[in-house]
Amino acid sequence: MNEQNEQQLNRRKFLARAAKAGLSVAAAGFIAKTLYDKQGPSAQPPSQLVTIPDFSIPAVQGQTISIVKGPDRVKTIDKAIDLLGGIERFVKPDETVVIKPNVAFTSVPALGATTNPDLIAEVVRLCFSRAQAKRVYVTDNPINNPASCFTISQIGKAAAEAGAEVILPKTNLFRPTTLQKSKYIKNWPVLYGPLAKADKLIGIAPVKSHSRAAASMSMKNFYGLLGGRRNIFHQDINTIIAELVMLIKPTLVILDGTETMVTNGPTGGSFSDLKRTDTIIASCDPVAADSFGCSLLGFKPADLPYLAKAQSAGAGTADYQSLKPIIANVT
Amino acid sequence: MKIVTVRRISQIFFFTLFVWFCIVTTYGGKFWQLRSWPVNLFLSLDPLVALGTILTTHSLYWPLLWALLTVILTIIFGRFFCSWLCPFGSIHHFFGYLGSRRKTAAQKIKLNRYRKAQSIKYFILVALLIMAVFPSLAATLQTGLLDPIPLVTRSFNLILLPLADASANLLSVTQRFYETTFVIFAIFLAAVLLNFVIPRFYCRFICPLGALFAVLSRFSIWRIGKNTKTCSNCKFCEQHCEGACEPSANIKISECVLCFNCRQDCKTKDNVIRYQTKPSLAGEVTNPDISRRGFVLSLASGLLAVPAVRLAGKIKANWPHKLIRPPGSLAEPEFLKRCIKCGQCMRICPTNVLQPAGLDKGLEALWTPVLNNRIGTSGCQLNCTACSQICPTAAIRPITLDEKLGTGSFADKGPLKLGTAFVDKNRCLPWAFDKPCIVCEENCPLSPKAIFTREYFSTVRDGLLTIKKVVGNTIETVENNLTLDKFATGDYYCSLDGSQKGKIVANTNNTVTISKEVKFAKIPAEGSKIHIQVRLQRPYVDIERCIGCGVCEHECPVSGKKAIRVSAEGESRSADRKLLL
Repeated sequence: MNEQNEQQLNRRKFLARAAKAGLSVAAAGFIAKTLYDKQGPSAQPPSQLVTIPDFSIPAVQGQTISIVKGPDRVKTIDKAIDLLGGIERFVKPDETVVIKPNVAFTSVPALGATTNPDLIAEVVRLCFSRAQAKRVYVTDNPINNPASCFTISQIGKAAAEAGAEVILPKTNLFRPTTLQKSKYIKNWPVLYGPLAKADKLIGIAPVKSHSRAAASMSMKNFYGLLGGRRNIFHQDINTIIAELVMLIKPTLVILDGTETMVTNGPTGGSFSDLKRTDTIIASCDPVAADSFGCSLLGFKPADLPYLAKAQSAGAGTADYQSLKPIIANVT
Repeated sequence: MKIVTVRRISQIFFFTLFVWFCIVTTYGGKFWQLRSWPVNLFLSLDPLVALGTILTTHSLYWPLLWALLTVILTIIFGRFFCSWLCPFGSIHHFFGYLGSRRKTAAQKIKLNRYRKAQSIKYFILVALLIMAVFPSLAATLQTGLLDPIPLVTRSFNLILLPLADASANLLSVTQRFYETTFVIFAIFLAAVLLNFVIPRFYCRFICPLGALFAVLSRFSIWRIGKNTKTCSNCKFCEQHCEGACEPSANIKISECVLCFNCRQDCKTKDNVIRYQTKPSLAGEVTNPDISRRGFVLSLASGLLAVPAVRLAGKIKANWPHKLIRPPGSLAEPEFLKRCIKCGQCMRICPTNVLQPAGLDKGLEALWTPVLNNRIGTSGCQLNCTACSQICPTAAIRPITLDEKLGTGSFADKGPLKLGTAFVDKNRCLPWAFDKPCIVCEENCPLSPKAIFTREYFSTVRDGLLTIKKVVGNTIETVENNLTLDKFATGDYYCSLDGSQKGKIVANTNNTVTISKEVKFAKIPAEGSKIHIQVRLQRPYVDIERCIGCGVCEHECPVSGKKAIRVSAEGESRSADRKLLL
């Protein structure tokens, strides 16, 4: 074939072929020039960092933390929020709220390893019926299988029935962030998707024992917004928990000590791991909430180094007494 | 309506149904999730699954009774399953059509001629069945390797769906991963692409289920054949013949898949080709073409294959310790008599921890379910029995939550153990590197936990320091090369001659401040020594409690080769792998 072509080559064909060859050479050269990379790859690929919005609201003297005793979660939380000025103080009409419960494990509600679904339902109800919120999302990045966790903890059902939308931690919802002045939160993926759409953030967590951190409460709850291989932070658990409340500034946290998991935390698994303590804390300051909350487990704030660390980083007040907590009883 | 149109509608319907069942084999309660969709329907209708398990276990597990329907219909009508129902057959049908659509009639007729090699499928069937027959020679069920329904089920569930859902994540929150899928994919792809060489390549030459149907259709009441002698022998009837059964001449009834294309393509006015009760006027061959030599050869290879494979000792002393079976699995020899490698358990597993076994688990165990705790969203979930409920052959027998957890009426039996977790002290952060961690303990789902810790204070490297001066609770040291606040994480302690300990709250390059709660009995003397110690909680596994769920292994931050790993010692299903007294 080639030979035949050679034989038939005339000027016209030669010019056409030369033009095509020239264009091909030019195209190859153009591609090379456009993609030319003099440096080579850097050690860390660049990533689009996001900034987590600040969801906190202006402080009101004497209305930062309320501690309400009572056996009924719904009544107790209503009272605790009312004492801080009502849900209307935290959520304005037409706002979008993200609720961050602790849905870490595939555990039934009665075992107390996850946030009680009644609490979720009630807070969602308050957001919609009293505060006229536009949307409420409920989200978490559980440790166990996410879909199973939301199902078995009944948080998914409670949230959906109250009108909120559950957001499962899909990979594309995570974005890397860097926290200034932090040791560990550097270019680290967080569950940014729901936070990006939100005006307000409410954390709702149970009080649980935790061998590594002494207690898992409202601060540790925000671990559930981290993605990636977050388990490596357990090497320095106190620093990472303190950095979490530097990173995540919630509007309100609710710490549920109606039943406290006193042993075998944070997974529990048996009714004998729970103790009735009949207390719910509502607080604008997660550090203050946890400083009181640890007393339900028999700890002093000094036993939880992350409280002092968070305070010295300016993320809250470990001496909750100085905030003059409002204390009440609901029967 | 033309009969081929009805056939096409049936094929599209059953193929769509099959894909729909693959989609809804998703853990959850929405309409497109599992609920009570009969997702095992195709596997239950597959007589090779029923026959295989009958041969190995001498019983017919109740959901497989559906296969009787297929058997009866096949005996009466012939191989309708292949061209009307089989989803794999429909795929081949479609790709075979794509491959020959530009070809001339003569070329098509040539492609669809009968070939001697079509008897290979009978030899495959004989070899696979004979492996299942003799318990004294270690019966094993390997039909699932080539049985089209398990093959297409695992190909869709373990490859095509995860690929389709990889970016959208509609079926699962995070992407699903399956080991060894490249082999499954390669086989599926090869089977599909071979249609471009010869249409329905797999069906004609390989399919052991088709071979079984061929045997069953021997006495079929209705069959394709010539009705009158007016045939002009144009051979147009063979142009689109799916079974390559030669309807124009001596029709091979055993190869005919009832596609009815011959009847459609017949150009004569009086419909020479008919589906009728009387034998074809051109003659017919009802027996599959199995030569005695080939039969004996396949018989012999089937007989020898299993004992030869078992020489490796993979189900005896040399059992693979990472072969961790899902809860409810039968003991290994019984398991291998039932598992058809369909992958339904791996599909339904909510965490994706169930994986198709590779060759490292033994040739017989290829693509059977095994836990890989590094893959997926978590280990085996405590409150889940999904795999045992879905298994179509009860290789994983259906268990209740009470049986799995050892509660209720199973309290005296204790929980089902999948294996035992072992701490690798050479890799564990607190054991090997003096770093606090215990993520494994935190995540152990049992109460009381099977992982417990013992406190240990370890003096850090270069942590023996000399006191220069003591002011209040701050100790100034002679050494001045400490890293600022390195020891202020709450995990480090200062020990004075081993007797008194104080938690370090701050340090500079040459001072260490300890918690105010510690009061010195007497001010330590200048020149005496202090130890900087890290408080470690070192994990131990309570072997009597551990159930081998693998949640600890999944969560272990030593992410390459985990520092706590489950292996199958102590699994409930086999007495010979017992570990505890």
